[in-house]
Amino acid sequence: MASPVQQFEVTPIFPTVAPGAEIPFYAITNSTVMMFAAVAVSLLFFWYTTRKRSMVPGRWQSVGEMTFEFIANMIRDNVGKEGMKYFPFIFTLFMFVFLGNMMGMLPYSFTFTSHIAVTAGLAVFIFIGVTIIGFTRHGLHFFRMFFPHGAPIATAPILIPIEVISYLSRPFSLSVRLFANMTVGHIMLKVLAGFVVALGVFGFVPFVVVAGITVLEFFIGALQAYVFTILTCIYLNDAINMH
Amino acid sequence: MPQGDGRARFQMVEDERRNTQNLADIDARLRAARPVVSDDGNGGRSGRGQGLGIAFRITIELVSTVAVGVGIGWALDGWLGTKPIFMVIFLFLGGAAGVMNVYRVVRGLDDSVGLGQALERKKQAKDQDGADDPPKL
Repeated sequence: MASPVQQFEVTPIFPTVAPGAEIPFYAITNSTVMMFAAVAVSLLFFWYTTRKRSMVPGRWQSVGEMTFEFIANMIRDNVGKEGMKYFPFIFTLFMFVFLGNMMGMLPYSFTFTSHIAVTAGLAVFIFIGVTIIGFTRHGLHFFRMFFPHGAPIATAPILIPIEVISYLSRPFSLSVRLFANMTVGHIMLKVLAGFVVALGVFGFVPFVVVAGITVLEFFIGALQAYVFTILTCIYLNDAINMH
Repeated sequence: MPQGDGRARFQMVEDERRNTQNLADIDARLRAARPVVSDDGNGGRSGRGQGLGIAFRITIELVSTVAVGVGIGWALDGWLGTKPIFMVIFLFLGGAAGVMNVYRVVRGLDDSVGLGQALERKKQAKDQDGADDPPKL
């Protein structure tokens, strides 16, 4: 039986590398291919759904518009009108993570969101971007966020480091949440699927469980893409409106 | 015939006016229906899925803040040459930040910076509509 973590192995597709040898940084791996595929699927989807652009949307156009409005409303509710400037980025982010999670559920495919390198890359980019937006909009006033209004000044030496740590832990929690959810779910699927074979006749019991967990995994994949995007919106709101 | 032409044109203008009126009416009705629809789309989470999500989030929140705290302390120690002091201090600060974040998750506060402001905003929102927000995952 294959190891349950073998599915997360990054293998180069081009150029082919001898086993054990170092993979060159420019190599096209199965992870890269899945990322390209996610971008291609998203492009194709929106090309197809916006192809007619009729006043009364058809079935496909409705789906495209619903996706669009879902993110637009999310930004409007969480950030406000000014956040719409960043709509292209947040929409792209949502589509990338969502398609990564969903396409990872296809048999023989690869879930690139189950790698902390990918999720941390996204999260650190968001964190740095949001911090820069905050400083350009509010200048040094941005630091005021770390000390609550009306708190006694004597508590500052404790409160400020705590708030700063809580702020700095954002890229961690953002990336680990997505990565851990995807990894744990996929390992659980593989382990339980292994039981189906190992138990022989009684394998139908884990088989039913695996079927249920597969549905749960689709749900978690969609939910985590949503959570990742909405947290980005909340962080953006902090930087733009600075309560 | 000029008179008939005029009547036809009048009819056309009238039709158009009615059409735009209809469209405006539809638009208004759509606008009225929209909040209900979007609420329905986001709120349909199962109880167990949500509980699991919150448990997961609490774990990550605790671990990540402690890790960041230790990391800052370790970096400060390396920079200032005061080997264990800052790491110990920031370990506890990180733990405190973790507990603070968990408190916010459990109370269903928003994720913005500043516990005091978040508490105040929650209180204001509660005064406005009297309902408790469910915690976000």
